[in-house]
Amino acid sequence: MGMGKLLGMLREKKQVPLLGLACGFLNGLFGAGGGIAAVFFLKKLGLPVKKAHATSIAVILPLSIVSAALYLWEGAFALQDTLAYLPGALIGAYFGGKYMKKIPDRLLRLLFNGLILFSGIRMLFAR
Amino acid sequence: MWELILSFLAAAVSAFAGSLGMGGGGPLILYLTAALGMEQRRAQGINLVFFLPTALIALLLHRKNGLIDGKIALLCLPFGLVGIAGGIWLSRVLTSALLGKLFAGLLVLLAAKDLWGLWQEKKSGGSPSPKR
Repeated sequence: MGMGKLLGMLREKKQVPLLGLACGFLNGLFGAGGGIAAVFFLKKLGLPVKKAHATSIAVILPLSIVSAALYLWEGAFALQDTLAYLPGALIGAYFGGKYMKKIPDRLLRLLFNGLILFSGIRMLFAR
Repeated sequence: MWELILSFLAAAVSAFAGSLGMGGGGPLILYLTAALGMEQRRAQGINLVFFLPTALIALLLHRKNGLIDGKIALLCLPFGLVGIAGGIWLSRVLTSALLGKLFAGLLVLLAAKDLWGLWQEKKSGGSPSPKR
């Protein structure tokens, strides 16, 4: 793809810079949340839902690597800290992928968001 | 031992939710900070690495299925790097407690928004939202 066409895309799709900035900012600030911003902007760019979710990973993955490297570099955490969580990550993602179509979407959203809401509010009002 | 089991479960739940498009990476960080009393940026760093293996596998699968818009992803990258610089700078300026509360606030907003969406769907006669 030629440079001219790329620049044309950028001009038209002003959301692309916004997408990048928002995802990067959330990624650097919170180490999370960038994916949601990515899906939001990608849908606005006209991507169908599945493609938006898939492409959001392509956006966030390199950014997460950069953020993680920067966090590591300044000593915010150590790699060995992550070891306890990696097996759970693989198991959880495996079952999520496997049972994705069989799980009642709304019930899951209700339970999950309820839990997050409860925990989040508790944290907000904690000392 | 008990802590190891809880950590495993917290990681599994977070990855499970993440693979279904929910949570925005929040659950693990909430667990690490609220249940283990971990410092906010340390929890965030762990979450960043935690995301990588499953994201890579998912990415390869999605790519095989032709679901990735590589051009957009590539175009975002330079802006993303600028965004990271700003985000990291701010994360250093804020205290751990304030950063934690801001993060909790963001999660509360996102959860409330999705619950509201659920409620609207139910009112409008139960047409399910697009599968994640």
